Amino acid sequence: MTSALELKNISVAYDNHKVIDAISFELNEGDIGCLLGPSGCGKTTLLRTIAGFEAPQDGEVWIRGIRVSDRKRLVPVELRHAGMVFQDSALFPHMTVRENIAFGLQQIHGGRKEARITELVDLLAVGEFLDKYPHQLSGGQQQRVALARAIASRPRILLLDEPFASLDFELREQLAREVRNVLKQDGITAVMVSHNQLEAFAMADIVGVINEGRLLQWDTAFNLYHRPATAYVADFVGEGVFLSGKVIGDKEVQTELGTITGTISLGLNHGAAVEVLIRPDDIVHDDNSAMTAKVLDKAFRGAEFLYTLMLASGTRVLSLVPSHHNHPINEPIGIRLEIDHLVVFPERG
Amino acid sequence: MSTTVDTVTLSPSYTRRVAVHPWALAIVFVSFILSLPLIAVAGSFLIPAKDIWQHLLQTVLPEYIVNSLFLMLGVGVMTALLGIAPAWLVTMCKFPGSRMFEWALLLPMAIPAYIIAYTYAGVLDASGPVQSWLREITGWHYGEYWFPEIRSLGGAIAMLSFVLYPYVYLISRAAFIGQSICALEVARTLGCGPYKTFFKVALPLARPAIIVGLTLVLMETLADYGTVQYFGIAAFTTGIFRTWFGLGNSAAAAQLSALLMLFVIVLIYIEYWSRKQQRYYHTSSRYGFLSQKKLRRWPAIIAIIVCSLPVFSGFLIPVGFLMKWASLTYKSVVDQQFYILMWHSIMLAICAALLATVLALFMAYGKRQYSKPLTKIAVNISGMGYAVPGTVIAVGVMLPFAWLDRTIDNLFKSYFDLSTGLILSGTLIALMFAYMVRFLAVSLKTVDAGLTKIKPAMDDAGRSIGMKSVTLMRRVHMPMLRGSLLTAILLVFVDVLKELPATLILRPFNFNTLAIRAYELANEERLADAACPALAIVFVGIIPVIYLSRSISTSRPGHDVST
Repeated sequence: MTSALELKNISVAYDNHKVIDAISFELNEGDIGCLLGPSGCGKTTLLRTIAGFEAPQDGEVWIRGIRVSDRKRLVPVELRHAGMVFQDSALFPHMTVRENIAFGLQQIHGGRKEARITELVDLLAVGEFLDKYPHQLSGGQQQRVALARAIASRPRILLLDEPFASLDFELREQLAREVRNVLKQDGITAVMVSHNQLEAFAMADIVGVINEGRLLQWDTAFNLYHRPATAYVADFVGEGVFLSGKVIGDKEVQTELGTITGTISLGLNHGAAVEVLIRPDDIVHDDNSAMTAKVLDKAFRGAEFLYTLMLASGTRVLSLVPSHHNHPINEPIGIRLEIDHLVVFPERG
Repeated sequence: MSTTVDTVTLSPSYTRRVAVHPWALAIVFVSFILSLPLIAVAGSFLIPAKDIWQHLLQTVLPEYIVNSLFLMLGVGVMTALLGIAPAWLVTMCKFPGSRMFEWALLLPMAIPAYIIAYTYAGVLDASGPVQSWLREITGWHYGEYWFPEIRSLGGAIAMLSFVLYPYVYLISRAAFIGQSICALEVARTLGCGPYKTFFKVALPLARPAIIVGLTLVLMETLADYGTVQYFGIAAFTTGIFRTWFGLGNSAAAAQLSALLMLFVIVLIYIEYWSRKQQRYYHTSSRYGFLSQKKLRRWPAIIAIIVCSLPVFSGFLIPVGFLMKWASLTYKSVVDQQFYILMWHSIMLAICAALLATVLALFMAYGKRQYSKPLTKIAVNISGMGYAVPGTVIAVGVMLPFAWLDRTIDNLFKSYFDLSTGLILSGTLIALMFAYMVRFLAVSLKTVDAGLTKIKPAMDDAGRSIGMKSVTLMRRVHMPMLRGSLLTAILLVFVDVLKELPATLILRPFNFNTLAIRAYELANEERLADAACPALAIVFVGIIPVIYLSRSISTSRPGHDVST
């Protein structure tokens, strides 16, 4: 079976400065992928390379078994049949919502065109403002129309460039889930670019973390959080701190919080200096515990407090504690380790 | 139980919000004075002149209207053709010289239409170099061949288009740059090739802006006097001039002016409406990386031709000939008299520029401090003068000044038995007043733009740390405004230096400027002699073009914003 999208060793450079460095991944039919990374990491460039706006310096892009970009050839954007949604909806301001959607259906005429528009209207709930102009719509409505326009002609692949970034914070996750449902219903393969992990997790089946032009990990959200491939991924996805430790067994690490035992072999030499990832949910507050840490700071998050704690050695760790445990700053509180996934990296120089 | 409440006595300025501030009153007064010429022109309809209208309608009026309409149509189409295509090419493509064309396409702005008309007339006339050369190589004699007549409606259309297309170029280029690159890219992902993208998305998106550019071009076309006069075309401006000075009928001239103003008002309305539309046509506040398409071979050659055609016809060819003629004649032309001309021109332009800028500062600053509907309307009215043809302003200035002179004269006669004659008419005061009516708009717009950069929050911040109004003005506002004020002075200076019809009508007897001298020499068919004053005007005219080209090269949104 051919995958819907395949990147083979893609490198992109501007003026000899490498922006994308040998990135490869595959996306299956109907899956939603997300490229996650800080701004300036190259994720948008990668998306534009898939769309055909940028030419790769090296490597190949395949869309549904057709090679669309390589070192020599570049299938023009308009022939790739890749739908695209931008951060600012980029709706055509001189056309009504209906005309905007119909713009994506130029090759289709008559009854089939009307039928598809009706279908999209139902799918995206844009019926109320079909005859309005873009400037009369809210940001969320605009993005829904932009999505309808992009998927109108059933593109071979849909590309979304930070599609929710210009929306209100509360609206983002809600719309991300809505969009996910629409894409799944319509069976569309999509790649999204985002710097917001919650958005990425809400949308995507598979997420790639990109930093400085390299794809660090291409995996499910669960694995990115619990089995990060590199220290950067561990740091970028979710909250957490690194604790120094020493390997004392095949699955065991000695830290100042005690010995931590994992479930799989660490594959490191005995005695090696390592860093252990401690997530806020790995440290559980227990008033009966002998081990204590001093409260340095706390942030109220409704159901929980996120405590910043200082261990005896001065190292800081985070802990998520149910919010009825309200402890003042500077008070030592009892803590206990509860680690399901031991994540260890060799100590950085 | 009782509670004590601290009371704060509000200062009078907080409590008397209804009262009109003297500054606001002064603004309304200034704008009223500046609209007097237009009121006078409009009021001329009240003077019964039925027989004049009968006469005008039967004779020249239909011709004026038809000619002016054809002129507008021709110039509109030609400036659109000359302006839009290069704007698109330099914005979206990269080809040899594209960066240079970006500013070079503005150069024709430096040349007033009447000067390019004299130059081309000299070049293309029967005795000019082109036809002489044609006769030389073919052996034909004058009259034996057909050659397009430059002194015609078509010629005037070409001349005006050559120097006015930069308005369309400048505005449509800004529109193309301002268009979210995303909107264009979306069109491509939806299956549109480059041509379809241009015609279905980019051009419709730029339409309101292009219409604004075209209305400015058409206002200039209606205002033109020098070109149509020299080519002998009966248009509104020449008609007004002829009716007043040829037929000595000031009432009819004023009424013709009023009719011309109706045309202008329609244009102002279209401009206003299109500017409002532009807001809705705004696609993005975030600009994508503008990747220009590299053109090679034939496409590049065609692009170079499309971009160089307007530059050659609107600047390089006429300036080339002017320089050649100037090199032949400067010895006899540049004498004591010439320096006096320059002195007159420069003094006049500097005084007008300073006055217009001070007035603009006074009005714009006042509007900012005391923003009431009335002040806003007053300031907006004062900003409309740019649309009024110089000929109309001249007529409108002469009417009230003549009335004032007569009234003063009568008063003195009856009380002191003394005739004062003409005190204000035909003086520099009248001329300066006309300049203010026409060019205050230029300085006002610049100063206003500068003031909008000073956000009200800055005032609040200044006051909150204890700055008084005067300190705020001196330490915050003035330093921020300095650039805008200098720009305003510069722009008005150049405009006044180039101005022809109002100066021609209102100047004191025997008071000449470079523009007047060029006009007179050209009308005496001493085209080569006219080259020196004409070149002087062109060189000064280049200054704002340099300024403009510098500001457009720095205002490229999306150029330094990386994705």
